[in-house]
Amino acid sequence: MTATTATLSTSPLPAGRTLRLGLSRIGYEVRGYFRAGDSVFFTFLFPLVMLTIFSVAFSNQSFGRDAAGNGISAATFYLPAMLAAGVLLSGIQNLGVDIAGEKGDGTLKRLGGSPLPVFSYFMGKIGQVIVTGILQAALLIVVAAVVFQVQLPTDPSKWMTFAWVFLLGVVTCSILGIAVSALPRTGKSATAVIIPITLVLQFISGVYLSFTQLPEWLQNVASVFPLKWLAQGMRSVFLPESFATLERGASWNLGGVAIATAIWFVVGIIVCRVTFRWIRKDS
Amino acid sequence: MTTSQSAAVTVTELRKTYGDVVALDGVSFTIARGETFALLGPNGAGKSTTIEILEGYRDRSGGGASVLGVDPGRGGIPWKARLGIVLQSSGEAGNVTVREQLTHFAGYYPNPRSVDEVITAVGLEEKAKTRISKLSGGQRRRVDVALGIIGRPELLFLDEPTTGFDPEARRQFWELIRTLKSEGTTILLTTHYLDEAAELADRAGVIAGGRLVDIGPIGEIGGAEARIPIVRWRDAAGSHEQRTSQPGLVVADLVSTAGGEPAGLEIVRPSLEDVYLGLVGSHAKQNQEIAA
Repeated sequence: MTATTATLSTSPLPAGRTLRLGLSRIGYEVRGYFRAGDSVFFTFLFPLVMLTIFSVAFSNQSFGRDAAGNGISAATFYLPAMLAAGVLLSGIQNLGVDIAGEKGDGTLKRLGGSPLPVFSYFMGKIGQVIVTGILQAALLIVVAAVVFQVQLPTDPSKWMTFAWVFLLGVVTCSILGIAVSALPRTGKSATAVIIPITLVLQFISGVYLSFTQLPEWLQNVASVFPLKWLAQGMRSVFLPESFATLERGASWNLGGVAIATAIWFVVGIIVCRVTFRWIRKDS
Repeated sequence: MTTSQSAAVTVTELRKTYGDVVALDGVSFTIARGETFALLGPNGAGKSTTIEILEGYRDRSGGGASVLGVDPGRGGIPWKARLGIVLQSSGEAGNVTVREQLTHFAGYYPNPRSVDEVITAVGLEEKAKTRISKLSGGQRRRVDVALGIIGRPELLFLDEPTTGFDPEARRQFWELIRTLKSEGTTILLTTHYLDEAAELADRAGVIAGGRLVDIGPIGEIGGAEARIPIVRWRDAAGSHEQRTSQPGLVVADLVSTAGGEPAGLEIVRPSLEDVYLGLVGSHAKQNQEIAA
């Protein structure tokens, strides 16, 4: 009798369980995200708020002209920057603060004692960022087009670029978010530790300030981090082709965008693999 | 082989040190399958350290441990699927409802209990659609218990499960534990409520200063000596107390000497709590003597 129970209960769990639980976690995480008012405001709507402020504040200024001589509005100029910032916030800031909080409030301890695979948990987090990131980007683009009359690209190849830059960016920033969640010592200090990181990155990576107007050494520093590259990739989609000359090296350098982001993707995976623990065993 | 098959938990000479601090100093016990075992002891005695080592949360510094035939330091997912864990602190206040949380966690286990049955068993029917963050402390504790049993565990860890329960909720919880016992669940319980241990446990271990100071069936903890009844009474000379295995004779004697009813007469059989306090107290005294 005992032997039968033992054999039954140690039999392997069904295949595909990790994926099924990962999908279940995505639903659970997305629901939790939209129920938490602060994350909806500070992460989800923040880029939209900033786009609105910039578009209204600088509505009389011209941000250059396209090849046909049409002026580029503030909204057009800031849309790609806010899309890139949204990816960064949804990934690094949102997940970094979220997971540090879960570490502090005992959520991770509970999950660590349950038969939930770590991979399913990660899937849930990354899936949540992909889902909320897509909604956020869609909202930004629609508001930019409808409210601020931003001319959207019509060339399908531009949208293909948008798709890969966005997805690569979202997944990379999610993994980096999981990685930086190890930094705060307590859940309460999470926002204080993580928000300055993302804020500084936004200022030096050409999100709020025009990148090429920064001193060269600062541009070099920013080029180490992924946000500069994501913003550049987004500009290549939404700004006129002639604006490429304003970039470093006078080109959009999409190859550089892919390589720099992919390197951070790999670095993020390694850091997560090395540092992520359900709990600190001997704290 | 036979022992590892029949025992749910085996602990031998378990040690845990944090730097120079010795938290556990050679604790050994066995819990049979289907048994309910209570681990008793004052705060900081090593109860939670022991239970967290067995749950796989902490590494041991020495000794052996086997939980459902697996070393808890290396337990994988299939092993965790056979456990139910109710941690000491509930902590998180999720913005999901009770039913959503239980339905989600049920999906982690190969053969979970019905969500509705579990909600009823912990008495949260009326709160099933309430977000966990909106519940009271005692109600959240019931959610913890519900999450601990949703996976139909073979072995259930309960670390101070009824903290924050009102008396009625505790009685209800005891009923639930009796049902689980009757279904063959092995239970390791730590508690500060000695009546709870007396109600639920088959055997208990008393832990103090990182050592097991006694272990045995609930009715035998502390030894026969500690359970000798006490007769108390008052007379002109003051209060008196006498330990005797024949309280009836002592009282009869008192009545005949006093020529009537003795004042303030009581016969007390030491409760588990008295026995426990005696054990823990004498341990503390020994330590003081060693230190001195």
